[in-house]
Amino acid sequence: MAIIVDSDTRLVVQGLTGREGRFHGLRNKAYGTNLVAGVTPGKGGQDVEGVPVFNTVLEAVEEAGANTSLVFVPGPYSADAIYEAVDSGIGTVIAIAEHVPAHEMLRVYNYIQGRGVTLIGPNCPGVLSPEKANVGIIPGEIFSEGKIGLVSRSGTLTYQIGHELTQLGLGNSTIVGIGGDPVVGSSFIDILQKFEDDPETERIVMVGEIGGDEEEKAARFIGAEMSTPVFAYIAGFTAPPGKTMGHAGAIISGSSGTAEAKKEALEAAGITVGTTPTEVAQLVAEAAGVTV
Amino acid sequence: MDLYEYQGKELFKRFGIPVSEGRLATTPEEARAAAEEIGGQVVVKAQVLTGGRGKAGGVKLAEDAADAEQKAADILGLDIRGHVVKKIWIEQASGIAKEYYLSITFDRGEKKPLFMLTTEGGVEIEEVADKNPDAISRLHVDPLEGFQPWQARRLIYGAGIDDPGEQKQILSIIGRLYEAFVQCDAMLCEVNPLIVTPGGEVRALDSKFTVDDNALYRHEDIAAMRDLDAYPPEERVAREKGVTYVKLDGDVGILGNGAGLVMSTLDVIALAGGRAANFCDLGGGGGAEGVVDALEVIASDPQVKSILFNIFGGITRCDEVARGILTALDRMQIDRPIVVRLDGTNAEEGRRLLEESDAPIDVEPTMLDAAKRAVELAAAA
Repeated sequence: MAIIVDSDTRLVVQGLTGREGRFHGLRNKAYGTNLVAGVTPGKGGQDVEGVPVFNTVLEAVEEAGANTSLVFVPGPYSADAIYEAVDSGIGTVIAIAEHVPAHEMLRVYNYIQGRGVTLIGPNCPGVLSPEKANVGIIPGEIFSEGKIGLVSRSGTLTYQIGHELTQLGLGNSTIVGIGGDPVVGSSFIDILQKFEDDPETERIVMVGEIGGDEEEKAARFIGAEMSTPVFAYIAGFTAPPGKTMGHAGAIISGSSGTAEAKKEALEAAGITVGTTPTEVAQLVAEAAGVTV
Repeated sequence: MDLYEYQGKELFKRFGIPVSEGRLATTPEEARAAAEEIGGQVVVKAQVLTGGRGKAGGVKLAEDAADAEQKAADILGLDIRGHVVKKIWIEQASGIAKEYYLSITFDRGEKKPLFMLTTEGGVEIEEVADKNPDAISRLHVDPLEGFQPWQARRLIYGAGIDDPGEQKQILSIIGRLYEAFVQCDAMLCEVNPLIVTPGGEVRALDSKFTVDDNALYRHEDIAAMRDLDAYPPEERVAREKGVTYVKLDGDVGILGNGAGLVMSTLDVIALAGGRAANFCDLGGGGGAEGVVDALEVIASDPQVKSILFNIFGGITRCDEVARGILTALDRMQIDRPIVVRLDGTNAEEGRRLLEESDAPIDVEPTMLDAAKRAVELAAAA
């Protein structure tokens, strides 16, 4: 098994005829993902290397049986595209673009609650279940199939850690990039729960970074609700106090959002935190009984 | 994007939130003229994008126009937490009977806007939250339902504001602040203090206004408020070239792709005993031109003693990064050693390009090796 995307995924790419959408959509197809349709308003009836293009997502659902959407339209138009996917009956929506206005994501997030939709992103690298499906921009060749779940707020740092795991002979069940924006569709906790429910995922690596308090919340959730062992890495110990959301932002969460605070919260919940990407991979390998 | 007090107040005014009359000045003479126009006592306030200006001597009361000129001369040029004061706001002085606090911000956890109101204003809100959390009246707004007047009533009663005149004015201010927050795509609108004058008039005496960078494309007027002078020169150049760059105080120049990987690189540099000179993210693209621009920005910092490239190709192709490095070395003289680590998309091709060139570049196999090497080279310089 895997989570979010797998061999049952029937993918529609919103924006398949655009430069990025085409490049990555076809790359996902070449990886083995079942790409069934593209959507670009005004280009219905065309095709992209044999993949039919429709004017609306609803047509892609009704005529091509799409159940998962990869949103590859620019940030200012992403929210509209997500609403369209959700309203057309798509159950899994993965939004890649950066620069989606936060207020729009706030409304999208609240809209999809209770509608049984899994939204990943925006501003994320996507989701990869090795040997099953790749939906997004994660370079599939770095990863191999296995039993480690990987969830991260960052893109390239995820690749770095995946690479370190692969070097040690460890594969992944699914790699999920949840995105680094203030409002994203799925939190660490949402993904950790899915990994917890996945019998194939034996260990989990969580990759966080400074800002917000999602890692602290995840730490409490792991301590209270999870039996699958979790390993963590946090980036940003030496980052200067960045452009946070001012005073009000910090007191809501009651956390400073620093890497140190996150590490403490994770360790207090019994989670091992690696100091470098290399070290976290080694810790997982040791726990898995692989000789480093 | 953070706005100056005077810019935030301009937006407040636009949405009908009462503020005191004021003028912007950049010289003591302008301050004098502004004070003359306003008349009577004025407050001279440093405009800086940081807190703590009061304690740093950046806010002073002036008796008249001549005094305003003197106070302006004292404040202009002050260094407040690394920000040099170049602009001052001359504002009509207000009698203050009470100081409240009002804000609306993103609650990232709840994924809803959150209002906070307390009668304990004029001090840092963190302090109130710490010592007397019950004094803060908090309420989330459902972004789909939008703001409803009952929410303002609940906030006001929750904060213990019982004067009917104040209640009426604050009710209106809360509604208008929500409008400003949504219509300006703000991440934070904070009024501290929200004052009550001896005559019972409620007014915003300060503003903290942060606007979502991702929404600036539809707010040309707010985007134009960005003050490039507020950034260090390297950051200004970077911004013009579209490179994400933050100056730090170490000596190892860092260039990577993706914010998480770059932050991780800074940490690894520290573990190797060094200090990073900057945070520089090439972003998702990282074409050859982007690399040239970023390298120019990093090399313009005289503190940089060695330069580390840490690239994990995804969308970014390592061969393009390698070409960018070689192009940059052709175009400009960089007399500091460069260490490069490439992995991911087209990494082999990228490494081959660098190794076959006669450029003095150290190609290292892993992130840790590269960090150690860059630190060694900086220390040896």
